[in-house]
Amino acid sequence: MVFFLYLSDFIIPVTILFIVVFACIKRVNIYDAFIEGALDGLKTVVDILPTLIGLMVAVAVLRSSGFLSFLTDILKPFVQWTGFPAEIIPLSLMRLVSSSAATGLLVDLFTTYGTDSFIGRISSVMMSCTETVFYTMSVYFTAVKITKTRFTLAGAIAANIAGVVAAYYVTLLLFGK
Amino acid sequence: MLNFIWVFCILFGILFALITGEMGAVSQAVLSGGREAVNLAITMAGVVATWSGIMKIAEKGGMISTLSNRFSPVLHFLFPEIPKKSKAMQYISANFIANFLGLGWAATPAGILAMKELQKYNKKKDTASNAMCIFMIINMSSLQLVTINILAYRAQYGSTNPGEIIGPGIIATLFSTIIGVFVGKLLERRCK
Repeated sequence: MVFFLYLSDFIIPVTILFIVVFACIKRVNIYDAFIEGALDGLKTVVDILPTLIGLMVAVAVLRSSGFLSFLTDILKPFVQWTGFPAEIIPLSLMRLVSSSAATGLLVDLFTTYGTDSFIGRISSVMMSCTETVFYTMSVYFTAVKITKTRFTLAGAIAANIAGVVAAYYVTLLLFGK
Repeated sequence: MLNFIWVFCILFGILFALITGEMGAVSQAVLSGGREAVNLAITMAGVVATWSGIMKIAEKGGMISTLSNRFSPVLHFLFPEIPKKSKAMQYISANFIANFLGLGWAATPAGILAMKELQKYNKKKDTASNAMCIFMIINMSSLQLVTINILAYRAQYGSTNPGEIIGPGIIATLFSTIIGVFVGKLLERRCK
């Protein structure tokens, strides 16, 4: 498994290598292209910065108010009869709003229950099949100034719930409790 | 929708803090939230600019269009109203590939470019088109095949086999993406 960690060192450099070699063959003015793209990238970041500030403040307020732990308490009885460990509920909720906060919770679970425990495994799988919905949505939609997002949120939440459920069952089937 | 989410987070958070007595934490959060966002943007600026540059090279070298032709049948199913050989399709495939490889920050620039191209085919400029919604749902359903960060955390916190979750992770990711697309396609017809 060290192989995979080792492999990860290769992904970025090899991707760049491929792209540059490919462009060399096609005789592109590579440096000019890079500069042009980099400028576009910077403009994008500046464009989305106000949204990022607004969103992160809002999420920080909601998080610090203790709302998520309250929600966990409400959801617990509904979830418990399915066998899904209630300890993971805060992580699955946090995962929707903040990647760094979710990572913090993940580390908490690892230290409390162990990485190779049932809870440790489910949460690892869950982290790899879900995404920070609110952040992604606001960044992408702000970039094109869209305010009416229609069914995006519903679809994304469905996908994330499916991810959490899948993480539970796949872990249960492959590793047992 | 974002308007609603923002107002909900702020009002509800503050009112809820009244009950839980976490007002101190909330006022701290107001101050630190903005600072965190700027810090994130600064970190992001370097990485996004670099990857946008690399992407531009790939685009001009014709690499992205070569790859997107390969994906063409799948992309056409997902985004029927977008022309097959358009720039939009190229950026969408670049975004998907970056996501598969787990290059989170490299996926964002391509994704934003894809959204800008999709906006050109959009009739109502303030409302997301079907293609945009589906594209966003796929992005938020996670496409990443190997989550390096999680493997690193597992290794760091003493797992005897950090990589054992890769297989299950891929299965779960596939499942969440399929459900996302399925629900998206269902809602696409209902919601105007």
